[in-house]
Amino acid sequence: MRLELIPRSDVSSLQRTLAPLWAILIALLMGGLIVAFLGRSPLAAFKVYFLEPLTDPWALQELAVKATPLIIIATGLVYCFRANLWNIGAEGQLIVGAIFGSIVPLATVGMESTPWVLPVALLLGALGGALYGSIPAFLRVRFGVSEILVSLMLVYVAELTLDYLVRGPWRDPKGFNFPTTPNFESFALLPNLASEGRLHAGIIIALLCAAVTWFVLNRTLFGFGIRVAGEAPRAARFSGFNANRMTIAAFMISGGLAGLAGIVEVTGQIGQLKPAISGGLGFTAIIVAYLGRLHPVGIVFGAFVIALTVYGGEAAQITLKLPLDLTRTFQGILLFCVLAADALTTYKLRIVRGLHA
Amino acid sequence: MNIMVKVAGAAALALGLAGAASAQEKLKIGFIYVGPVGDHGWTYQHDQGRKAIEAAFPGKVETTFIESVPEADSERSIEQLARTGHKLIFTTSFGFMEPTLKVAAKYPNINFEHATGYKRAKNVATYSGKFHEGRYVQGVIAGKMTKTNTIGYVASFPIPEVVAGINAFMLGAQSVNPNVKVKIVWAATWFDPGKEADAAKALLDQGADIITQHTDSPAPLQQAEARGKFAFGQASDMIRFAPKGQLTAIIDDWAPYYVERARVQLEGKWQSQDVWDGFAKGKVKMAPYTNMPDDVKKLAQDTEEAIKSGKFNPFKCPVFDQSGKEVKCEGNGALSDGQILSMNYYVKGIDDKLPK
Repeated sequence: MRLELIPRSDVSSLQRTLAPLWAILIALLMGGLIVAFLGRSPLAAFKVYFLEPLTDPWALQELAVKATPLIIIATGLVYCFRANLWNIGAEGQLIVGAIFGSIVPLATVGMESTPWVLPVALLLGALGGALYGSIPAFLRVRFGVSEILVSLMLVYVAELTLDYLVRGPWRDPKGFNFPTTPNFESFALLPNLASEGRLHAGIIIALLCAAVTWFVLNRTLFGFGIRVAGEAPRAARFSGFNANRMTIAAFMISGGLAGLAGIVEVTGQIGQLKPAISGGLGFTAIIVAYLGRLHPVGIVFGAFVIALTVYGGEAAQITLKLPLDLTRTFQGILLFCVLAADALTTYKLRIVRGLHA
Repeated sequence: MNIMVKVAGAAALALGLAGAASAQEKLKIGFIYVGPVGDHGWTYQHDQGRKAIEAAFPGKVETTFIESVPEADSERSIEQLARTGHKLIFTTSFGFMEPTLKVAAKYPNINFEHATGYKRAKNVATYSGKFHEGRYVQGVIAGKMTKTNTIGYVASFPIPEVVAGINAFMLGAQSVNPNVKVKIVWAATWFDPGKEADAAKALLDQGADIITQHTDSPAPLQQAEARGKFAFGQASDMIRFAPKGQLTAIIDDWAPYYVERARVQLEGKWQSQDVWDGFAKGKVKMAPYTNMPDDVKKLAQDTEEAIKSGKFNPFKCPVFDQSGKEVKCEGNGALSDGQILSMNYYVKGIDDKLPK
């Protein structure tokens, strides 16, 4: 006996849109069950985990702060993933973006207010990420090297480069040899949007990225090319799209946005470079991209859902003393459900008895 | 895990039955941990301190912890504690320094305690331990015990605390064995059993017969024991991981300090300060001296006692740097605390280049 997936022919777009919502609902039920097994009230957990963060203005700001880099990176990943290119190295591109972007803010520490520093930092951040993202693309186009391996391994190179910089040449001379750079001046930081709380202008950049990406994918020839390259590569070739150029462009946009996310994170909430500035945002963004079904609007929602599980997980540790492991388990369940819902929307499950098809 | 469930159960009870009123009368104390609590090592020792507070003030305090908080993403976690009624908050890793200061500036009525940092504020105190005192004792033991005159040192990151530890260890070893050599491998991690084990293997292969470590897992210790060599535990007593290999271990005991700070907070007498103490106040302790001859044991105990009573300072002058130049003596017959806290050079005799 075995299971077979049969493609469904009649999937409406409504069904596709509803699939992630079903997934969230089922994940919630499973999470509630685990909480109940731990001897706690699932309703109380639901309240702490989801309702309180969504009704508290401070918490909403924190969700936006957490979602900001995820939205920017994930919208970038869409260009690659839609074209069937596997950029697994957004984490590295983010770090290189943060390094490039920090050059000018670090050079202007101790100076008078200089308004052009921040825009230059953001541009350099995007440029750094784009250049770093072009490496796996170039190697794939020129030598046929797997972009998955190269982009992934370049993450370690980026991490160690940052590590070297903050322990060596960029270390704060007044910092007792601890591995951090000096704090950036306030003019090199993204402005705060609220008087209380930490919401910074990065969220505007993130939403702009999502909007522009929607426009590019749906209303431009380039976006059309990306989609065709992913869905029907032969057709793309016949219709004259240059696959090599497409690969490099997709990777550079993807890397550029990851780099932008890196410098937004540094100028938005960290304010200096440290050995670890990301903590896996570049990998989490892959999840966000798929949670949002590779659609910019979906990604904005997906990023907030992930931010909510992180925030709610902390709240649950504080008020209910629920273990961190539960949060991580729940994140896993959620992703599993989303993928399953996706698969079951596209395919029918059929049990086949006997040995052959 | 048991304790976790118990703590959680008590809290749920407080929330569910007694309501907010009775919870408010208790002093809420929060902890931010950089790693998981686990059952040994840095965060485990801080959690022991948290439990000591609970035990010392039954019914008067309620403690909370958030574990595995990434340093770059910690401001939110710290502020969450501040917003949920915690009046005293311990942030237990160096990387929480800037976020702690930022949150503290927003909540002037809440007191913060930051471990191992150097920036303070009216409501931010700092504290750390003189772990190098324990390193010196280890050095004395290693200098006596080594047959190959080669000692392997698994180091984490070249920050002053680690560098001072290496130097104190070397000075201790040289005090009993002028021919001793220390080989250093930078594992570039605080906790990674695989990397730490590899580092220890490399050192053993190069002829080291004693291993010491400034990383958190018992892996180097286990590697040494597996080859019939000796090593030291780190942060916690790790004897159960290497009953035949552990000579002793440096134990970080935060409990007395945490209980004291909770007490002054309860009495309304909390003040910002910078505390750096070691053997004398019991913040740094040595695990039982095992697997060594009685004379070495006696020597180790005497050294520990001399440091504890203040008769001896591991960094007593003169101290010579790697190039043989004498280091300026800014303290009272020894290097000053400030000099030790910002140490970025090796002492004479260490065969390694400090990564910069």
